[in-house]
Amino acid sequence: MGRKTANFVRLTLSYLVLIAIAVCAVYPALWVVLSSLRPGTSLFSTTLIPESITFVHYKELFTNPSFRFGVWYVNTLKIATLTMIFSTILVTLSMYALSRFRFRGRQMTLTIMLVLGMFPGFMSMIAIFIFLLQLNLLDTHAALIIVYSAGAVLGGFVVKGFYDTIPRSLDEAARIDGATHLQVFMKIMLPLSRPMLTYVALTTFTGSWVDFIFARLVLRSKDNWTLAVGMWDLVNSYQNSNFTLFAAGAVLIAIPITLLFVFLQRFLVQGLMSGASKG
Amino acid sequence: MNRHRSTAAILSLLVMGLGQLYNRQIIKGLIMLAVEAAALMYFIPNIGRAVWGIVTLGEKTQGLEKIGKISVRVEGDHSIFLLISGLITIFLLVIFIIIYVMNIRDAYRNGKQRDEGALPASFRKTVSYVLDRNFPHLMLTLPVLGVLFLTIMPIIFMVMLAFTNYASPDHIPPAKLVDWVGFQTFANLLTLKTWSHTFIGVFTWTIIWAVIATVTTYFGGLLVALLIEQKGIRFKKLWRTLFIIPYAIPQLISLLVMRNLFNGQFGPINQYLGYFGMGKLPWLTDPFWAKVTVIVVNMWVGIPVSMVLILGVLTAIPKDLYEAADVDGASGIQKFRIITIPFVLFSTAPILITQFAGNINNFNVIFLLTNGDPVKGDYQFAGSTDLLVTWLYKLTLNNSQYNMASAIGIIIFAIVATFSIINYRRSRSFKEEDMIQ
Repeated sequence: MGRKTANFVRLTLSYLVLIAIAVCAVYPALWVVLSSLRPGTSLFSTTLIPESITFVHYKELFTNPSFRFGVWYVNTLKIATLTMIFSTILVTLSMYALSRFRFRGRQMTLTIMLVLGMFPGFMSMIAIFIFLLQLNLLDTHAALIIVYSAGAVLGGFVVKGFYDTIPRSLDEAARIDGATHLQVFMKIMLPLSRPMLTYVALTTFTGSWVDFIFARLVLRSKDNWTLAVGMWDLVNSYQNSNFTLFAAGAVLIAIPITLLFVFLQRFLVQGLMSGASKG
Repeated sequence: MNRHRSTAAILSLLVMGLGQLYNRQIIKGLIMLAVEAAALMYFIPNIGRAVWGIVTLGEKTQGLEKIGKISVRVEGDHSIFLLISGLITIFLLVIFIIIYVMNIRDAYRNGKQRDEGALPASFRKTVSYVLDRNFPHLMLTLPVLGVLFLTIMPIIFMVMLAFTNYASPDHIPPAKLVDWVGFQTFANLLTLKTWSHTFIGVFTWTIIWAVIATVTTYFGGLLVALLIEQKGIRFKKLWRTLFIIPYAIPQLISLLVMRNLFNGQFGPINQYLGYFGMGKLPWLTDPFWAKVTVIVVNMWVGIPVSMVLILGVLTAIPKDLYEAADVDGASGIQKFRIITIPFVLFSTAPILITQFAGNINNFNVIFLLTNGDPVKGDYQFAGSTDLLVTWLYKLTLNNSQYNMASAIGIIIFAIVATFSIINYRRSRSFKEEDMIQ
């Protein structure tokens, strides 16, 4: 078998596998989108593609007075965006410090972080709840943003691993040229870490977008709810009797995150590191 | 000779900031004085009650009291609030003591400099010195404070709960008080048959689940990432976008959707099986199939995460490594084995461990998909697919068995943490952290 044939077989097989995975990846999403456009309320349907299309379920989400879908949307967007900004800053700074600098207690900090990250999160919720009560932060969005951002630091090992792989010679050269630590970080490290920053930003954004256990605990009044809490409520009270309405809500929640991913994913994969350190 | 250093240190020991003022560092001294004043104002009224609260957990129950002819409801002590606010006060005290010690050391150091004939550093100089020498500490201050109060303090609180009798029906504040009981909760867990049987069963499934879930998603993600990044594959961006879709959909949504997708009666999966002439499967109602479903759905949710991660790592591999390999005439497989795989494993080893730990505590998949069901008769408050975390959730939120939940949490935590620390210290990325220079 010649090299060309082998290559052809390899590519054909790869494409087949890729197509199979793509079908699996997309099918549930497609199914929900199409269900949300189907008339009626039932989960059961004989065909994937509905015979007629209706937007009545979407309209109902915003007009039915027992939901505050619009308000929840704005709340969630606010919380997720602020959490994303704060946690990206906190995670990047702290992981950069832990990866690049050698100081006393560093190894212990890393180990403690690793161990703390393993404690079941909601076990500490009662304590956090009372803590927030004492600070008069219950039923506020600020509470969620603070807790999410502080929690993001413990998940920052990916970022540390990333900085570990950036050659030392880069910042040492800059230091010799007289740059301060802050300059090295801002001018050299930040541009290089764009793929990682994107990763952190996306995970923290989605993290706060989907969290409902903690949000449900903290947010008491319906006007302060996030989409996750609202959806959870909707599922609990309507899902079985009204699947298509649930599907419409699901589509609306998924859209911004999906768009964000599609828009930002080039940062994730661009090889910014290529050739950064030349001998 | 060493007049300044001891005078400054003693002055700072007496009152924070005095030593700095003596060293003619006016701004720094004034800031420290203000800190001490604020601290005294906070601690003097609070510290006594904090200690009393933690030691006694409250002494007065809520009850009715006769005032004249009318019975009035009198608020009692709330044991749990007392415990928490006591903890907060003690944490703040520890932080204050650390700052105090640093203040004395600073006064001593500056006094020493003066003894040696140097002028004390100006405020601006101090700031730039701190920015340079203590740069990593400065960067870590805020995250550490956050972790201290929002992670460590709650954990200590939960550990303490395991040594109390905080459980329904007789010990739930504010109506009733909670007491310290020592190791009684642990003894109950190990000696009472119903508890120990559930514990062992749930624990075994948790470990099996975590291993399978981690391995399937990691290698699935690796496979997908390598497939896309192959030479000659076109539409790379399209494939990435398609495969990221499961990740892009919030888990809350996708898992609830999956619950419908795998619905035994009306779900499309069983409809399709019907078309192909196969019988319907009890995806969520049979203990074995429910476990299979949970693992399959977790792959759907988890593979994109690993894929994105590994794609990120792949872009970080220096291209000159491959160029050098090309010059040496290495084949594609050789390059893959010698450059790609070690690099990916090196960068992701800690993530693999955290993913394993994350899967042990993977609340979402179980809670939203099966809610731990199908029910298992001989289990104490748990179902067949319940992980330890979801079991703990049920114990706390549905059954108010706070002390038992905490005790179980501690045991699990000890096991998982020991395992992970050993594993982490053994991993290459810990030992050879500075491999890439």
